[in-house]
Amino acid sequence: MPEHIAKAFDADLEELTRMVAEMGGLAEKSVADAVDALAKRDVVLAAKVIERDARIDDLQHEIEERAILTIARRQPMAVDLREIVGALRVCNDLERIGDLAKNIAKRVNQLTEEVPPQTIIRGIEHMSALLLAQLKQVLDSYATRNLTNALAVWQGDEAIDSLCTSLFREILTYMAEDPRSISLGIHLMFSAKNIERMGDHATNIAETVHYMVEGHPITAERPKGDTTTLTTVPVQG
Amino acid sequence: MDAVVEKTSQAPVTFENARPKITARNVNVYYGEKHALKDVSIDILENAVTAFIGPSGCGKSTFLRCINRMNDTIPIARVTGKIEIDGRDIYDRSLDVVQLRARVGMVFQKPNPFPKSIYENVAYGPRIHGLARNKTELDDIVVTSLKKAGLFEEVKDRLTDSGTGLSGGQQQRLCIARAIAVSPEIILMDEPCSALDPIATAKIEELMDELRENFTIVIVTHSMQQAARVSQRTAFFHLGHLVEQGTTEKIFTTPEDRRTQDYITGRFG
Repeated sequence: MPEHIAKAFDADLEELTRMVAEMGGLAEKSVADAVDALAKRDVVLAAKVIERDARIDDLQHEIEERAILTIARRQPMAVDLREIVGALRVCNDLERIGDLAKNIAKRVNQLTEEVPPQTIIRGIEHMSALLLAQLKQVLDSYATRNLTNALAVWQGDEAIDSLCTSLFREILTYMAEDPRSISLGIHLMFSAKNIERMGDHATNIAETVHYMVEGHPITAERPKGDTTTLTTVPVQG
Repeated sequence: MDAVVEKTSQAPVTFENARPKITARNVNVYYGEKHALKDVSIDILENAVTAFIGPSGCGKSTFLRCINRMNDTIPIARVTGKIEIDGRDIYDRSLDVVQLRARVGMVFQKPNPFPKSIYENVAYGPRIHGLARNKTELDDIVVTSLKKAGLFEEVKDRLTDSGTGLSGGQQQRLCIARAIAVSPEIILMDEPCSALDPIATAKIEELMDELRENFTIVIVTHSMQQAARVSQRTAFFHLGHLVEQGTTEKIFTTPEDRRTQDYITGRFG
């Protein structure tokens, strides 16, 4: 695409993309560190995640401000307008991902008393690995405006959802076996659910990329595998 | 099944099924050797505002002037193709071009009121076309036209004052009143707001929205934002070609042609 006659307009749009990329990088790091901290019960690493969230929030505000200023200055049309709307949407999803990672990190402090069951931790780590792969692919697709990669992410959330559902069952069973493990179980459950929510945000970003490129939202129904709302485990009376 | 049938027969006349007021097919305009307008075909819908946009020299004003045969006044201009209003060919030999220009009014970029009183500016057209049987009817036409143009309240106590003594925005509204006094069906506007300040511009844009209930309006404009605000349909011209036409929403959000997108996003002039 040729450049704008007003070069400053191109600079504004590039800066928006750069800030979103920076925010994405911080969110990825927070997710990886939060799960790592959970697995190793590392409170120092958890504290770093909590601290980093302030920078993620700041970036969201900066992106919003710049987007609004660009709209006021340039009255953008068509693809330019969609770019700016896209940046606004993506930074919202990244901010939520940052919050969810911070929420996991906060729970690490509650795990210092007992060792969580390793199968469950492995399950959470596996979910996190899948999520980080989705996040990387979707942020790349946003940077390169690559529709194929975005659609792959959009369809790839089922695996994370299914893992979450089976983890739920496992954690419920674990808690049912011993009431003293309930509070630990709850923290693990929330952590798993947080990662599942992050997966949904990644698909939101994919939908935004589709909108930016195609000019209209995806009309099909997204494949989903989260049946945690239906999950129960019989408890011995 | 009955419910479905009933529903469609009561369907309101929406914008989507409005009929074309003006149809142009394969219109070419030559200024001597210069081929200024190339094979333009378009339907202009009734009771809607259609905007013509495009860079300078793209042919949009040339095409506008075809609709009321103003190009006839240019000796070296030659028009080919067909333009019909309500299904009637306007270049047909039997058509009275003076009558055509009463049916198709025009408002120009620089307000050009007659060097007459405000009253006379508006009364002149109806008088020479014999649209009023007596003074009372003429007064009625003048007042109604000034009201429709949103100017009456500001000038009602000074109708004998000179039209040229008004502000730019008021002069332009006087020209609009003058155009609608002869009961046209179509109003052509060639960059009507480019000489006006933002407030006068906003008033004229507001007026366009009211006028389209009773008239078909075609506006040539250099302002993308104005075209997006006032029109329901937009046509993009470039180097004499009609590159793309469609609903204003579509043209300004997801245009089909790369040239349209480049123009509206300011990627070339």
